Amino acid sequence: MKYALLVHQSQEHFDRRNDKAAVAAGRAYAEALQAAGVFVAGAGLDSPRNATTVSIRDGKRQVHDGPYAETKEFLAGFGIIYVPNLDAALEWAARHPAAGFASIEVRPLLGFGSAKA
Amino acid sequence: MSESVTHAAIETVAQDSYGRLIAYLAARSGDVAGAEDALGDAFIAALRRWPAEGVPEKPEAWLLHVARNRMIDAARRKQVQQKSETFLQQITEEAASVAATQEYFPDERLKLLFVCAHPAIDPSAQTPLMLQTVLGVDAARIASAFLVSPAAMSQQLVRAKNKIRDAAIPFRVPVPPELEERVSFVLDAIYAAYTTGWESLMETASTHHALASEAIALGRTLTQLMPHEPEAHGLLALMLHCEARREARYASDGDFVPLDRQDTALWSQSMIDEAETHLHSAAGFKRMGRYQLEAAIQSVHASRAKTTHIDWKEIALLYEGLVRIAPRIGSLVGRAVAIAQAGEPLTGIFCP
Repeated sequence: MKYALLVHQSQEHFDRRNDKAAVAAGRAYAEALQAAGVFVAGAGLDSPRNATTVSIRDGKRQVHDGPYAETKEFLAGFGIIYVPNLDAALEWAARHPAAGFASIEVRPLLGFGSAKA
Repeated sequence: MSESVTHAAIETVAQDSYGRLIAYLAARSGDVAGAEDALGDAFIAALRRWPAEGVPEKPEAWLLHVARNRMIDAARRKQVQQKSETFLQQITEEAASVAATQEYFPDERLKLLFVCAHPAIDPSAQTPLMLQTVLGVDAARIASAFLVSPAAMSQQLVRAKNKIRDAAIPFRVPVPPELEERVSFVLDAIYAAYTTGWESLMETASTHHALASEAIALGRTLTQLMPHEPEAHGLLALMLHCEARREARYASDGDFVPLDRQDTALWSQSMIDEAETHLHSAAGFKRMGRYQLEAAIQSVHASRAKTTHIDWKEIALLYEGLVRIAPRIGSLVGRAVAIAQAGEPLTGIFCP
């Protein structure tokens, strides 16, 4: 099964993401995922201030500044892992360096996206 | 063979083995709803064929065989994914080995209990899920005990089963350090089945009785599946002690009778004895826990039947332990009452 680990965090913690310790922890985590052979993909996301939202309504493309919805906590990064079951995914989520202050949402990928590539 | 004989045979199998059959099928497919549908079909097939063909020598193996074929058909219809192919292979091999040997099929109910009480399942669905999958209690009855509409209860159960399948919640017995917490979730969900009955007591006494005995049945099952878990014995002892006093709890005019004024002749001595046996087994493991302490408090009350008095000091001491393990409002109030009854009211109020 493939699971997405979606990291939701506050602006306050987001602003400290480039601290030396945070960067090192993030790298170590990515390495651990790769070493265990469960890493599929993953990336940190830039600030929602740099987000642009697109939709098509009545056949017309609409472009807006900002994220789809303004919230106190926002999506700051994601990882996709391939593990046997939810318990294994939860274990990896708990080891995420942001788990101590952010929330890691664990969601299965849908249908065929979930099978091993 | 007459129809009534075969119907009786089918009923017996359903009563004795429903939870084991569901657990076996679901543990292999990861799909509780699919297992229920397949087993339902297998029972229908039994109703049709057993009267003419006779009850098979191993009825459970027969039902599993039919259910397995149903699940394979259903999976094929769904344009199987890689995951289910592996499962089909596995289940075919296992079903063959079950049929080949005289061995009984493995009991996976403990895994099923852990799945039902998995923290990824909506807490309000955990107890209903256990009642339905492990004991086969029907959704309408569960709904009436939980005071929700049957439609709402069905929807909640469907949602929980979909999550088990779609998020791939594994059928496994957790290992330490996770185990202790996960066991407590299972215990709490079983106890909730008992206390839910209590809340609905205001509505109808009969509903309470129905769910209380189901909760005790779940408690018994857990002590069989985890004979070395002291809290499982503690929980069963607690429920049995409370249940033993059912007849004494209301006066003939319907008024509630407090525990210390109940007529002890109305208590069920056999339930008290069974409770004491489990409390004794639990104590042998020398690992105290919330349910053992609560059961021990009930045990002190129960001894009034023989000693004619209540040892409040003992009860206060047990509450002291309970407050340390589980500082809930109920145990704080219980401790204050016990200390006051023991003759030290001011300590009862002012102790931290």
